[in-house]
Amino acid sequence: MTNVETSMVTRADFFRPSIWTRLGYALLIVYVIYAAATLGLSWERIERGVGYGAKFLAGFFPPNFTKSDLIPGLLESLQIAFLASLFGTLIAIPLSVLSARNLMPAFITWPARIIIILCRTFHPVIVAIIAVKAVGFGAMAGVIALTVASVGFVGKLLAEAIEEISKKQIEAIRATGASFMNTIIFGVVPQVMNRFIGFVAYETDSNLRHSTIVGVVGAGGIGGTLFSAFQRYDYDFVAGISIAIIALVMLGEVIQIYVKRVFR
Amino acid sequence: MSTLSIHHLTKEYVPGKPVLRDITLDIGGTGITAIIGPSGTGKSTLIRCINRLIDPTSGEILFEGKDLAKLAGGELRAARRRIGMVFQEYNLVERLTVMENLLSGRLGYVSAWQAFRRKFSDADIQRAFGLLQRVGLADFANRRADELSGGQRQRVGICRAVMQSPGLLLADEPTSSLDPKTSVEIMELMRDLARENNVPVVINIHQVQLAQRFAERIIGMSGGHVVYDGAPDGLTQEMLQKIYGGEDWLAT
Repeated sequence: MTNVETSMVTRADFFRPSIWTRLGYALLIVYVIYAAATLGLSWERIERGVGYGAKFLAGFFPPNFTKSDLIPGLLESLQIAFLASLFGTLIAIPLSVLSARNLMPAFITWPARIIIILCRTFHPVIVAIIAVKAVGFGAMAGVIALTVASVGFVGKLLAEAIEEISKKQIEAIRATGASFMNTIIFGVVPQVMNRFIGFVAYETDSNLRHSTIVGVVGAGGIGGTLFSAFQRYDYDFVAGISIAIIALVMLGEVIQIYVKRVFR
Repeated sequence: MSTLSIHHLTKEYVPGKPVLRDITLDIGGTGITAIIGPSGTGKSTLIRCINRLIDPTSGEILFEGKDLAKLAGGELRAARRRIGMVFQEYNLVERLTVMENLLSGRLGYVSAWQAFRRKFSDADIQRAFGLLQRVGLADFANRRADELSGGQRQRVGICRAVMQSPGLLLADEPTSSLDPKTSVEIMELMRDLARENNVPVVINIHQVQLAQRFAERIIGMSGGHVVYDGAPDGLTQEMLQKIYGGEDWLAT
């Protein structure tokens, strides 16, 4: 193209129409129509569904907060979330150091990475079902399920944060004759602390939400109460529980803001 | 008696393409030895081979009765404690305070549990504060390192190295990121602290005038070889041409 007259150049020389992109869009549209049709998502079905929904929602009012198993259920969810976040973080810290490719050789990072990936593979509810089978009904199964999820989440993000730190600061600490652990404490920790606090705060928040759902499969917490209320068509209590969960999650949000401010 | 003896040091990043070719040097006394030479000639590699931030391919590096090239693990860390290093871009831990950065020079002497709780001895802390007063940064002791200017950071970097009570001080282009006036101040500080603490200094440097003004000995490197080794005033125009190549840049 170097010897071509300037006036000869056209738009098509730089922005070629791609047959593959167009084919991709066409396929996407076809698939959406196909998926909606085979699932019976007709307009008439949507209208009928919305009608049911309205009737169902009417049963929510007025919300009922007076049943005696509301508060114990909430407290149990809170405890599950707190313990799972704590245990999960404690396990995730060494695991993420082991899986950081800038600190460890490949034969150590790979096994550590695989453990983290396995922890992230299944949704907490699936892990909760397995945990209930393994250790029986109750809060312990919930703690195990959410601990696994926390290890996966904090482990992955912390490992990535460690891999992004400045090598120069590490080099300087190593040059003083510091041991590996001291290099971690003075060279790595200060560089990732801020982000680590953010991850843990987010993970605790997410555990709080998940701790309300693992109860549905029998792993303790408010979820079990919510599920049995549904089964009894006890919709005003369902509304009461839902509002209480919203309040709890919002409270968690507010606490998070203060925690982050302290550690900044 | 020389502090540091390098014998037949060779470094190849890629097999068959040596960056350092059979370097043999003796460094002693207490003054500044400046290493000059064009970029990419292995000055940085040479400095980093001494404290083994880079592993040499072959050769001996004798320091305080040990061959640094053969050390590993705990023995290597014990040897590194005795070698302070100052970096071009200061390499302070940005999010730690100035005081913590100075005390990191003592990390070779404390356990992980002590380091975690910042349990440094009173003697270390007094020494660190004394050094900060000496370099005019006592008011900054509790400030975070990333709040400091370039010249201030390099002074902290030098203090961190001095905190190690080193038997040898290495500096890899300590003035290359600084303005000319600050560069001179940093060189003066290195010279004075080296004298006060009775420690020899090896500096990689790009500014030939600074090298001539502060060094007692100049080593000129080119193509991985030492091509000049002697007093600053022996560095003639011809010699500079030999080190850096070409001649147009010398015309004034």
